[in-house]
Formats: sequence, structure tokens, C-alpha cells
Amino acid sequence: MPNAPGLFNAPVPLSWYLILSAVLFALGVAGFIFRRNIITVFMSIELMLNAVNLSFVTFSYEFKQVDGHIYSFFVMVVAAAEAAVGLAIILTVFKNRATLMIDEVNSMKY
Amino acid sequence: MNLWLIPIFPLLGFLANGLFGRRIPKAAINLFAVGSVALSFAWGVKTLLGLGPLETKYVEHYFTWIQSGMLNIGVDFAVDRLTAVMLMIVTGVGLLIHIYAVGYMEHEGGYYRFFAYLNLFMFFMLVLVLAQNYLLLFVGWEGVGLCSYLLIGFYLTEQFATNAGNKAFIVNRIGDFGFSLAVFLIVRQFGTLDFIKVFDAAQEMPTEATVGILTTITLLLLVGATGKSAQIPLYVWLPDAMAGPTPVSALIHAATMVTAGVYMTARSATLFMHAPITMDTVAVIGLATAFFAATIGLTQMDIKKVFAYSTVSQLGYMFLGVGVGAFSAGIFHLMTHAFFKALLFLGAGAVIHGLHGEQDLRQMGGLFKHMRITAITLFCASLAISGFPFTSGFFSKDAILVAAYARAPWMYWVGVLTAGMTAFYVFRAWFMAFTGEYRGHAHPHESPLVMTGPLMILAVLSIFGGFINVPHFLEPMFAEKAENQTLAWLSAGVGVLGIFLAWVFYVAKRGLADSFAKAMGGLYTLVYNKYFIDEAYDAAVVEPLIEGSRTVLWRGVDAGLIDGTVNGVGQRSRGVGSILRLIQSGNIRSYAAWVVLGSIALLLAIGFAGGLR
Repeated sequence: MPNAPGLFNAPVPLSWYLILSAVLFALGVAGFIFRRNIITVFMSIELMLNAVNLSFVTFSYEFKQVDGHIYSFFVMVVAAAEAAVGLAIILTVFKNRATLMIDEVNSMKY
Repeated sequence: MNLWLIPIFPLLGFLANGLFGRRIPKAAINLFAVGSVALSFAWGVKTLLGLGPLETKYVEHYFTWIQSGMLNIGVDFAVDRLTAVMLMIVTGVGLLIHIYAVGYMEHEGGYYRFFAYLNLFMFFMLVLVLAQNYLLLFVGWEGVGLCSYLLIGFYLTEQFATNAGNKAFIVNRIGDFGFSLAVFLIVRQFGTLDFIKVFDAAQEMPTEATVGILTTITLLLLVGATGKSAQIPLYVWLPDAMAGPTPVSALIHAATMVTAGVYMTARSATLFMHAPITMDTVAVIGLATAFFAATIGLTQMDIKKVFAYSTVSQLGYMFLGVGVGAFSAGIFHLMTHAFFKALLFLGAGAVIHGLHGEQDLRQMGGLFKHMRITAITLFCASLAISGFPFTSGFFSKDAILVAAYARAPWMYWVGVLTAGMTAFYVFRAWFMAFTGEYRGHAHPHESPLVMTGPLMILAVLSIFGGFINVPHFLEPMFAEKAENQTLAWLSAGVGVLGIFLAWVFYVAKRGLADSFAKAMGGLYTLVYNKYFIDEAYDAAVVEPLIEGSRTVLWRGVDAGLIDGTVNGVGQRSRGVGSILRLIQSGNIRSYAAWVVLGSIALLLAIGFAGGLR
């Protein structure tokens, strides 16, 4: 009975995806703001990006249009590039300062 | 006929000498400089022969320069009889002076620079006389002014030379200001700058309707002419311009450039004829200049200064001529003046050259036996400028004076008096330089052939140039004719009287001049100091201008207002920045918090505004 409604094949409402996306994004923001380890901050950024990806894909599925997919691929590409550059920066920071505490990397101020 | 070739040769000479003059030998510089002018002269002759009698104007259009709405200004050259005369004067006399300069500048520094400027001058002067519209004429007009400035200040390590250059340039700016206003008014009135169209339009319009605007235009043109042609009140730059090398004085400040004002007036004859008030103004200014400059010339001791004031005075004659409507007589005098005044200057240059730079007449004397050719040629020029019968000056000056008599007899009498003074001061200079005992300390010697050759050619032209019947040649353009043999002979007689008096004062009874000067006392001092005109201008114009610039413009506007504004803006920015920079804590998490807060604020704002739609 492939089309019968049931616990596992009922259509998941749009709002669930969006709520998940919002929760993930909020977690990312919280992590970005409150964590001090650069690696964690970095992972929080990735989390935010993927939260956004999720909403892109959701809308794409909902409206049966391919734009959202394409955007999410773009975001992935950017995220990959950013990961490469970001990790390189983190390595350099660690080499030079022997720390990963973000509050101690604050020479760019007035 | 490729008229453009005529000015282009000197331009090429200028480029060659200006760009490579430092690296090429003197012979090559001479070749480019003199050769280019010779080519231009030859092409001019060929063109004029090819064009025949020039019953009508011959125009060549090259390209459109400015196209704006109804206004269309082309680069056009044209030849008519007036241009033909000017063309021959400029290239012919210019060629002779270039040849002379090869000898004169022999031992001077900056040799290539001198000839580069001189060729550039020839280019602009030829553009000026060939131009077929006011704008192109103005290009030449400004260009010769530039070259004049460069050449007056040629000895650029001498303070007085650079000052004289600045003076010439600034005084000419005043005149050029008037000229450009006139050009704007012509555009406004006629919608074109082309000579033929402007003059035809002026001819057709009813006189009553145009007399106001044409008087304004011509008066402004006259302002330009008084600047360029050294007339009262703007003549003060020309005597100082003698700071330049003597060939420059001969070419630019006697024969060609300073006559541009006369040429421009004659070219605009149609406009001037429709503005009787301007014509009278021109005549009175010319006459006044002729008279006052001649009185100053009576007392000067520097040989070049004597001839400089004489140039101012003779230019006054030309303006008198065009002012009384005798345009062809004015142009005729322009031509003969180019011959004899160029000769006077070149002769003076030969004397100065032979005396190693001495210019003071009191340090000369008895030079006749040392430099015969110079003395004799200068004598010919002096005869010509005095209007001695059958020399060139006799014909041209009397043509002007007779025309002046027809206009108003008193003008004639003042002119005759001036002619007497002219003869007196020119022969005073000649007698002081060439007769008596030598009073200086140099070793006078005659100049080389390259210098005396042009002197001899010009001497022949000075004596016989009057038989070139320019007024007859120009008759189709300027219909006027006034003949009066009695008056002509009378003024010639006064000229001879002037020569005789000079002989009495400076040869027969030496010392008479000094005692006469003493007897005149205050008047002599006044005239010797050129009526203190320079001092008066300094006090009335220059000093207030400098003082005003210093206190108002510099300290007030520049230092106070402009610097104050700029510095004030800087100060405010620093003030605001010193507060705003506190945001830059260097703490990444605080930046992130700002971003989040900003996003929330934005979302709230959009929400309150009712969504994005």
C-alpha cells in the first residue's frame, strides 16, 4: 500500500523543515557568539550555512523549482572554499600565537 | 593651392629644433630654422603667383573644428590682397631676420631654443594672417603672444628679462580679454565667426539697428588691438620688451606681431566702418600714442629704447590711418615700417654686437669709421622713418596724414609735429652713435656678412619700398583715396627740419642739447622718466592688486576660507571618528553580536512595515 497515509509515509509539512532550519541556524549563531575556540566558531559558521541550504532545498521541493538546488550548490562551493582558506588562517594563527582562543586574537582594533 | 604648407614649414622647424636642437650641430639648427622660413616664403610667393590678381578672396577649408548647434567653426585659411601683403611682409622680413639672427646669436647660449621659439612665432603669425575666422585668428593672436613672452624672457637668468616677459604677457591678457569678449559678442550677434559671413551680415543689416552692438564689438576689438599693438593705455609692455635679443625686437616687437592689431582692425574694416564712434576713438588713441611716444623717444639714452618708443609712435600712426578710414594707408605704413623699423633694430643690434653688448648712446660715438655698412644702412632707415622725400616712409606716412587732414585738420597738424619729432630723435640717435669721438671702452668692429647682408637688403627696401603701390593694390578692398601734394610736401619739410635740428644739436653745436635739457628742467625730467606712467600704473593697479591678493585673496580667501573649510572638515571627521572607532574593539564575538542585532532590527523593521511586498 504505497500511497496509504500512515506514520512513515505521510507528507512532512513544510513548516517542520523550516523550523529545523531555524533551530540549526540559531544554534550556529549561538555557537558563533558564545564559543571561544576558533575551530568551534568555524564549525558554527558551517552549521549556519547548512541551515540556510536546508531552507533553500525545502522551498525548491515545495515549489517544484530547481533554483533552490542551484543556490545550495553555490553555497556548498563557497563553504568549501571558505573551509580551505579559513583552516589555513586558523593554522597560521595557531603557529604564530600558540592559541586558539578567539578573544586573544584582537590586534585589529583602534 | 595648399595654403596650409605656408605655416607648417616653420612648425616643422620648431619641432625639429625644439626636440633635437640640443643634440644636433649648429649648422643643422641654422638649416632647419632658416630653411623652414625660406620654404614658407617660397611657397607663399608661388601661391600668390599662382592665384593671380586676387580679385576675389581665395578660401581653403580643411576641417570643421567646432560644431555646436548652429555654430560651425572651421579651420579655414584664406588669401585676399590684404593677406597677400601681410604674408609677404611676415615671411620676407622674417626670413631676413632669421638670417641675421644666425650671426647675432652666434655666441649666445640656448641657441637652438632661440630658433625654435622664433620658428614657432612664424607659425603662429602665419596662422594669424591666413585665418579665415575670428577664432583661428585668435589662436594665432595668442600664439604670437606666447612666443613674444618666451623670447622677451629669453635671457632667463636675468631678473629684468623675466620681469619684462611677465609684464608683456599680463598686459596682453587685458587686451586679449577684450578681444575674446568681442568674439563672444560676434557669435551672439551673427551666429558665426567666418569673416565673409560676418561682414556680409554686417553689411546687410540696417545701420541704425546695429550701430550699438557693432560699437561695443569694435571697441572691445580695439581693447585687444591696444594690447597687442602697444597703444595707450596698454603700451607700457613694449619698451620693456627690449629685454629680449635684438632680432626678436626687430621681428616681433617692430615688424610683425605688434602690427597684428592694425591688421585685425583693417581685416574688420566693415565692422569698424559701421561704428563711427569707434573709428574716432581709434584715430584719437593712435594720434595720442604717436605724439606721446615720440616725446618720450626724444630723451631716451638706450638705443633700443629710442627705437622701441619710436615703434609705439609709428604704430600710433597706423592706428591714426585706420581710424580716419584710410585702411590701405595704414597697411602701407605697416609694410614700410616693417622694412625700416626692422632695419633700425637690426642696425642697433649690429652696433650692440660690435660693442659687445653696450646699448647706451652716451657710450657710443664716432662709430662710422668702424662700421660703415651698419652706419649707412641705418642712415637709410632713419631717412625713411623721417619721411624724407621719395623714401618709403614719405609715401606711407603722408598717405596717412593726408587722410587725417580730410577727417580733421588738427589731427594732421599733431601728426606733422610728431613727424618732426620722429625725425629729430631718430637722427639724434644716429648722430650720437656714429659721429664725433668714440666715448666707450670696447673695441668696435663691423659685423659679419650674414648680419650686414639682411641690413643691405632692408636698406634698399626702406628707400625704395614706397614705390610698391600698396594703396592701389588694396583699392578693391578699401575704397578711399585722398591726395594732397601740398600737405605731403609740408610734412616732409617738417621731417627735414627735424633732421636739421638734430644735426645742430648733436653735431654742429654739441652741448646745446644738454643746456637745453637743463633749461627745460622739470619738463625734461618728466619726459625722461616716461611721464612716470609705469610708476603711476604700479601705484594705481599693480600695488593694490598685489596688496589685495595678499590680504584678501591669500590670507582671507585662501588661508581663511578654503584652508579653513578643508581643515575644518578634517577636524570634524577626526572628532566623529574618535567616537566611532570605539566600536572597533577587535573582539570578533562582539562584531558578530552587532551583526545579529542588526539583522534582528532589520527583520523587525520589515515586519513593522508590513512585509517585503
